[in-house]
Amino acid sequence: MRGQQLLPTLTAEEIAEIEEEINHLPDRKSAAIDALMIVQKHRGWVSDESLGAISRLLAMSVEELDGVATFYNLVFRQPVGRHVVMVCDSVSCYVMGADDLAKEVQSQLGVRFGETTPDKRFTLLPIVCLGACDKAPAMMIDEDLIENVSSDRLQSIFGAYA
Amino acid sequence: MSLQERLPLSGRVEEIGNRPVFMTDYLGGAGYEAARIAVTGMDPNEVIAKVKEANLRGRGGAGFPTGVKWGFVPDVEGVKYLVCNGDEMEPGTFKDRYLIEYNPHLLVEGMIIAAFAIQAQKAYVFLRGEYHVPRRRLARAIEEASAKGFLGERIFGSDFSLDLRIHSSGGRYICGEETALLNALEGKRGQPRTRPPFPPASGAWGRPTIVNNVETLCNVPSIIRLGVDWYRNLGLTSDSGTKIYGVSGKVNNPGLWELPMGTPIRELVEEHAGGMRNGHKLRGILPGGASTDFLVEEHFDLSMDYETIQAAGSRMGTGTMILMDDSICPVDLSRNLQHFFAQESCGFCTPCREGLPWVEGVLADIEEGRGQEGDLDVLALNAEYIGDPGNTFCLHATGAIEPLQSALKYFREDFESHIRTGKCSYRTEAS
Amino acid sequence: MAKFFIDGVEYEAKAGENLLQAALSQHLDLPYFCWHPSLGSVGACRQCAVVEYRDENDKKGRLSMACLTGVREGLRVSIANSRAADFRKTVIEWLMQNHPHDCPVCEEGGECHLQDMTVMTGHSVRRYRQAKRTWQNQDLGPFIGHEMNRCITCYRCVRFYADYAGGTDLGAFGSRGRMYFGRVSEGTLENEFSGNLVEVCPTGVFTDKPFAKQYTRKWDLQSSPSVCTGCSVGCNTFAAERYGQLRRVHNRYHADLNGYFICDRGRFGMHFVNSDKRIRMGGVGVGDGTFEARGTERVLETASALVRSDQALIGIGSPRASVESNVALKWLVGSENFCPGLADADAAATHELIASIASDACCIPTIAEIERADAVLVLGEDIADTAPRAALALRQAVRGVSFAMAQEAGIPHWQDAGVRGHAQDHRHPLFIACAGTSRLEDVAEATEAMHPEDAATFALDLAEVIAGKREAFEPGTFAARVSAVLADSKAPLVVSGTSQGNASLVRAARDLAVSLKIAGKQSMLLVAAREANSVGACMVGGSLSMSEALARMADGCSVVVLENDLYRRADAGRVNAALRASSVIVMDVLETPTADGASVALPAASFAESTGTYVNYECRAQRFYQTFQPEGEILPSWAWISRLASERGSDPGWDSIEQLTRQCAEQGFAGIEQAGPGSDYRFAGISRIARQTHRYSGRTAMYADETVHEPKSRIDSETAFAYSMEGANSGRQASATIPYVWSPGWNSNQSLFKFQQEISGPWMQGDPGVRLDPSWYLRHEAHPSDAESLAAEGEFRSVPIFPLFGSEEQSARSWPIVRRMPAPFAVLHPQDAARLGLVEGGGVAVLAVGRSCEVRLDAGMPPGVVGIAAGLPGKDVQPHCRTDLSPDPEFVRKMDGEPGVIARG
Ligand SMILES: Cc1cc2nc3c(=O)[nH]c(=O)nc-3n(C[C@H](O)[C@H](O)[C@H](O)COP(=O)(O)O)c2cc1C
Ligand code: SF4
Ligand code: FES
Repeated sequence: MRGQQLLPTLTAEEIAEIEEEINHLPDRKSAAIDALMIVQKHRGWVSDESLGAISRLLAMSVEELDGVATFYNLVFRQPVGRHVVMVCDSVSCYVMGADDLAKEVQSQLGVRFGETTPDKRFTLLPIVCLGACDKAPAMMIDEDLIENVSSDRLQSIFGAYA
Repeated sequence: MSLQERLPLSGRVEEIGNRPVFMTDYLGGAGYEAARIAVTGMDPNEVIAKVKEANLRGRGGAGFPTGVKWGFVPDVEGVKYLVCNGDEMEPGTFKDRYLIEYNPHLLVEGMIIAAFAIQAQKAYVFLRGEYHVPRRRLARAIEEASAKGFLGERIFGSDFSLDLRIHSSGGRYICGEETALLNALEGKRGQPRTRPPFPPASGAWGRPTIVNNVETLCNVPSIIRLGVDWYRNLGLTSDSGTKIYGVSGKVNNPGLWELPMGTPIRELVEEHAGGMRNGHKLRGILPGGASTDFLVEEHFDLSMDYETIQAAGSRMGTGTMILMDDSICPVDLSRNLQHFFAQESCGFCTPCREGLPWVEGVLADIEEGRGQEGDLDVLALNAEYIGDPGNTFCLHATGAIEPLQSALKYFREDFESHIRTGKCSYRTEAS
Repeated sequence: MAKFFIDGVEYEAKAGENLLQAALSQHLDLPYFCWHPSLGSVGACRQCAVVEYRDENDKKGRLSMACLTGVREGLRVSIANSRAADFRKTVIEWLMQNHPHDCPVCEEGGECHLQDMTVMTGHSVRRYRQAKRTWQNQDLGPFIGHEMNRCITCYRCVRFYADYAGGTDLGAFGSRGRMYFGRVSEGTLENEFSGNLVEVCPTGVFTDKPFAKQYTRKWDLQSSPSVCTGCSVGCNTFAAERYGQLRRVHNRYHADLNGYFICDRGRFGMHFVNSDKRIRMGGVGVGDGTFEARGTERVLETASALVRSDQALIGIGSPRASVESNVALKWLVGSENFCPGLADADAAATHELIASIASDACCIPTIAEIERADAVLVLGEDIADTAPRAALALRQAVRGVSFAMAQEAGIPHWQDAGVRGHAQDHRHPLFIACAGTSRLEDVAEATEAMHPEDAATFALDLAEVIAGKREAFEPGTFAARVSAVLADSKAPLVVSGTSQGNASLVRAARDLAVSLKIAGKQSMLLVAAREANSVGACMVGGSLSMSEALARMADGCSVVVLENDLYRRADAGRVNAALRASSVIVMDVLETPTADGASVALPAASFAESTGTYVNYECRAQRFYQTFQPEGEILPSWAWISRLASERGSDPGWDSIEQLTRQCAEQGFAGIEQAGPGSDYRFAGISRIARQTHRYSGRTAMYADETVHEPKSRIDSETAFAYSMEGANSGRQASATIPYVWSPGWNSNQSLFKFQQEISGPWMQGDPGVRLDPSWYLRHEAHPSDAESLAAEGEFRSVPIFPLFGSEEQSARSWPIVRRMPAPFAVLHPQDAARLGLVEGGGVAVLAVGRSCEVRLDAGMPPGVVGIAAGLPGKDVQPHCRTDLSPDPEFVRKMDGEPGVIARG
C-alpha cells in the first residue's frame, strides 16, 4: 500500500499478451516465463524496472521472479544489441569446426562472447545445440537459423542485419 | 505398402515432395482419421491397451513403454494434463524439430489420441525456445485443427474436449527432463523434482500428467489406424515401429532418415550418411546424443535398437548419432561435452553442480598441457561418483558421465599421452 | 513401527519415516546438510548417502540418500560401509572446491556444520586446482550479515525463509555452479524470522550481525538457558555472555513451544542488556528528573526511610518482572496494597485469558498444537505483531491440508518439494477479522476489515450460529463462509489477544471456542497476552488496579515500582500527578520516564543477570537462569526487596531465589518450582552444570593485561550452574538446565539431536517448564473489572497497533531493533485519507493522543477506523476510543522518545 512512488508499468499491449497467457493457466504466477519473454520481445531485455512491473502484474515477489529469470538463458537481464548472434558450441558443430568459426565470428564482430558491439548492433552469445547438427556448424541470429556456416560467408550473413 | 505405411512418420512429407504438411495435404493422407476412430469409437482404455500391445517405447531417450506409462494415470476427478516434450536440447539431436516443422498435424493428432486415452482436458507442447520455425508451423497446425473442430470443445462431436497450447521454453537443457519440464511449465525455476510423486500421479500443478516425446506421440496415430500387428512388424528386431535416425559429423551426407527400428549402425553411416568424408576414419560414435556412452569399431555392426545398444554398454537415447573421426581429439571432445553438461546443470545437487565443473576444468588442463599425474584418478573418481544413477538428484549428471567414462575406457591412451607429453597431438602447429 | 538394520544392528522407527531422521533419532552420526527436521528432505546436498541392501544376501548394495529413503520393515543399510563413507567424503570435497577456507575469520568457525561434516567425513587434502568462484555480498540490514562465498548451496535459507516463514525478499538466483542466495538488490531482509537464517545456514553465509560486531567464538561464551522477554509465547533461548556483555541469544529448542525457530524481536531484542541507559548504580532523585548516583548504602538509607515512614506503602508490580519479584513485592507491601502493574484494560483482558485457561471448556494449544488446527479464525488482534512465533505456527497449520493430500497420493510427509508441489495452493482455511492488513494475509482464505469491538460481536454471533441459536448468516458473506468452514472443521482454532485491552473480545473468542467444543470439535483457543509475564503478574493478584494505585499515589504515599514504566500503563496526566504526589522507589533495568520522576532508583538485574520464572500465554511457568553476574551494584529486584524488608526489620523468609520460588508455590503458584531445579541440583548427584564449553579458551588469557594469575571462577550460590567449563552438559541432566548444545564431533547447533529423545521429540529428560493451574488465583484474587471506555469523542474509532519492532518496551531499546522501528504512525483506509486530504507518508494530527503521526494507507483498515501505533517509546500510548484527525502540513517524521541505546563495537 505504499502507493506514492511512480512505479514503472508495462504497456497495454504487453499486459494484454500476458493476460492472454494467464487465461490459459491455473494461476497468475505460472505465466512468469511467458511474461518475461513477452516483455523481452518488446524491449529486447528485462530490466530491473520491467522485472518489478511484471512481478506486480503476476502478484509474485520480485525475488521469486528473478529467481526464475536468472535460471533461463534466453531471458536477458542485461541489455543486448539490436541483433543477438548465437553461435552453437555443442558437440556436432564442434566436430564440424565450430571452435574456428567462433574465433572468426569474434574477430569479425570485434567482440568476445557475452559482449555487445559498441554500435549496439550485435550481441554475441554462445548457444547449445540448435538442432541443426546435420548442417553444422550452425548459428542463430534473432529468430533466424543459419546452417552450414563457414567463415567466408560470415560477412554477407552479418550484412543482412542492420 | 504405401509410402505412409512404410514410413508412418515421414511418408506423407515425402509423398507431397518434402514440403511441410499442412491441413489439406494432411487430410489427403488419411489425416485425423485415427483421432476420429479413437475419440468417437474407442474406449480410452482400449487406446491404452493398443499402444501397450504395439510396444511403442518412448523416443525421448529412456525408451519407457508408452502404453504402460499412460496406464499409470489414476482415474480421478479433475484436470489432467498431457505434455509433449519438444525441448530437444540434447546435443546432436534434431529429429523432433524435423517432425514438427514438416508434419505438425501428425503431432497434433497424436496428442489428441493420447489426451483422449488418459482423459486429459489440457495439453501443452513444451517447445524449445530457439525453435521459431517449428513454433510457427505448429501454431498454424493448431489453428487449422481448431478451425476444423479437431481441437477445442467436443471434438468430432464427442464429449471429449481438448485445449492445446504451446509453451515456449526460456532455455536450459535440463528442462527436457520431464519433472524439470513440469516446473518450467508452471513458470518456476526448471529444477527437477523428486520422485515420488511420479508425474502420472502428480505432475503439472499437482495434477496427473503424462509427458511424452514428440516422436513418441507422432507414432500414435498410425498404431490406431493401421493396427498393432502392422506396427510391430515394422521393426527389424524385437523393438517395434520405425525410428527417425540421424547422423552428424564428418560424413558425406549427414541427415535424418526414418528407418525400421533396428537398422544397423554401419548401414546408417555408410549407406544413408554416405560414408566418411575425405578419407577420415571413424573412431567412435555417440549413438543417441551427447549423453550416451561411446561405441567403437567393435560395435559398428550392431543394430540400433534399445536392447542391442544397451547390451553394448550404451543407450539408444534419441537415435541421432554423433560421429567422432580420427581428426578429433577425444580429450578435447570430452571437454566440449563436459562444458555443456556443467553449464546445463540446474545447480540443485552437489555432485552435478560441483563435480561437472571440476571435470571440465581437469579436462581443460589436460587438453591444454597442464595435466598432472593423478588427474585421471580425479576424473575416474568423479565419473564413478557423479555417474551412478541415484547419486545425483536426476539423470542429467548420469548422462553427462556416460560419454566421459567410455572415453576414458576406449581412448585412455589419448588422455595419458596428453599428460605425459604436456600437449595435444591433434592440434596443428598453427592453432 | 518397523524394524530395520543399520550396519547389522536392529533398530525401530515409525514405518515411512525417513531414514536420516531415524538414524539421527538413534543418535548415530550421519552427515547431512540440506535436510532439516522442520523443513523436510529435498535431496540437494547428497551428503547423507548410505549403502542400501536389497536383502541380507546382498553384499554389494547401492548408494541411497538416507533423507529420501523411507524406513520399512526389514530395511538394511550401512553407514559405515567404505563406499558410502568415501562418497560422503567426496561430497565434502566437491563442496569445498569453492569454499574460501576462511574459518579463522568466519563467524561460524567453531560451531560450523560444514566444519563438523568436513572433519567427520575425513576430507583433508585439496585436489581441486582450478579457480574458485567469487561473489559480491549484500548489506541485508541491521540483523543479518552476508558472505556468499561460503555458500554450499544447500537451499536451506530460501526453504526456511520463503517456504516456511513466508518471506518474500530472499531468493535463489542463477543456476549450475553459480547459485546465489540473497535479495534482488541490497536492502534489509524484511521477514521477522530472518534471524533464524543464522542457525539454519550450515555455514557462515548468514550470520548474526550484531553479534559479529562484538564477536566471540562459541567456545568462549558463557551461556545459560533463558526465556525470551519479547512476548507472551515465552520461546526458550540460550543467552550467552562474555566480558560482562550479553553477546547473543539463540533458539533453545522446545518441542511444544518454539521448536527450532524464534522471531527477530527475541533474537535481536536483547541488546538492551548492554545499553548505556542501564541503571547501574543506585541513585537519589534531585527533583528535576536527574539523579545523583550514590553508593548502595546511602541509597538504601533513603529508600528505607521511605519504606519505614508513616506514609502508607504500596507496590506496583510488573508483567515484565519475574513471578518471584512480583510475589516478593506483594509480600512486602501486603496484598491489599499491591497492584500487579498491568494497565486496567490489559488486566481485565488478561484475566479473561486466565479464566479461559482454567476453564475445562476450551483447550489452550501449545505452539506445536496450533500447527494441527484445520481451520483458523483470527479475531481482532494481529498476532503476527504480538505473538510472532504463534503466527509462524499458523503458517504451518494452514499447510496441514497438504500433508493429508500427500498422504493420499503416497508422498511421504517429509518429502518437502513433493508435498508442496502436489498441494499447490491448497490450504486449510484461515480467516482474519482484524483492523489492518496482517502479514498473515498471504495465507488467509479471506479477510474482513473489522474493529475489535465488531470482531467481538462477530464472534458471539458465530457462537450462536454454531450452537444453532440463531439463523445462519446470509449466504456469500464473510460470516457465512467462516461459519461454514468452522462447522466443517475437526480442530478449529480461534485466535485473539489482549493487546486491544478488550476483555469482551477475549470473552467472545472464548465463547466461540466453547461453542465449537460443544459442537463436538477439538476446538482450541489461542489468546496472546501482552508481555512475557503478563499472565504471571496478573496471577500474583493484589487488590489494586492500576487506576486505584495511581489514585493512592496521587493522594500521597510511598510506592515501590518494580520494573515498570507507569507511562505505559495509564495516560501521562494521571501518571504525572501520581509521581508528583508520592515518594517513589523504582527498581529497574533501564532508565525510564517513571524512574526520572522517582525519589530513589535501584539498579535491577535484567533477565540475563538473574534467575526467575515467567508464565506464558498457556500458563506455562518457565525458568530463566542467570547467564552472568552483573558488574557493580546491580541486583535482582527481589533481592532489593529483601534488603528493603530487612531495613524495615521484617524477615521475608527467603534469602535465595530458590526459597522465594518455593514461597511462590505456596502463594498460588503451585508447581512453579518444577519449572527448573534450584541451586542444590547436581547432575548425577555430583556435577554442577557448566556454563562454558569444554574448550573455553579465554580464562587464563582474558585478563592477562591486568594479572597473569588465573582468575578463580566465581562460585554461583544462586543456581546449579558453574561459571566454568568444569561441569556437566550431556543432555542427561534436568532439561531446564541445558545451557548450550554441544556433542563430540558436533560443534554446531545441529548437535541438538544428541540431546533429543528423538528428532523433534522432547529433550532427553522431557521438555522443561510446567503448566500451572490458575484456579487458586481465580478463587482468591480480586477480579479486575472491565475498563470503562474512555469518553473521548471524535469521528474515528481508534485501534492500537503494536508494531513488532518497537512496541515491546525493552527490545525497543536494543540497538538493532531501534534500526527497524517505525516512527509513530496512523493507519487509515485510503478513502478516509482521501476525504481528509491525507497522503501516504504525510502527517496527521491525532487529537486524542495529542500528536502528529505519519500517515499510512491500508485498504485492510475498516472505514471510519484509525489504527494508531502503540507501545512505541514515548509517553502517550494509551489508545482512545474515538478521535478526530486533521492533516498536519508541518509534520516531520521522527522517532518519539529517546531510544538512547548505542551500538557498540
Ligand atoms: C537431462 C535430461 C534431458 C532430457 N531432455 C529431453 C528432451 O529434450 N526431450 C525429450 O523428449 N525427453 C528428454 N528427456 C527425457 C524425459 O525426461 C522423458 O523421459 C521423456 O520426455 C519421456 O518421453 P517418452 O516416454 O515419450 O520418451 C530428458 C531427460 C533428461 C534426464
Ligand atoms: S543431477 Fe542434480 S544439479 Fe544436475 S541437473 Fe539433475 S538435479 Fe540438477
Ligand atoms: S541431507 Fe540428504 S541429500 Fe541433503
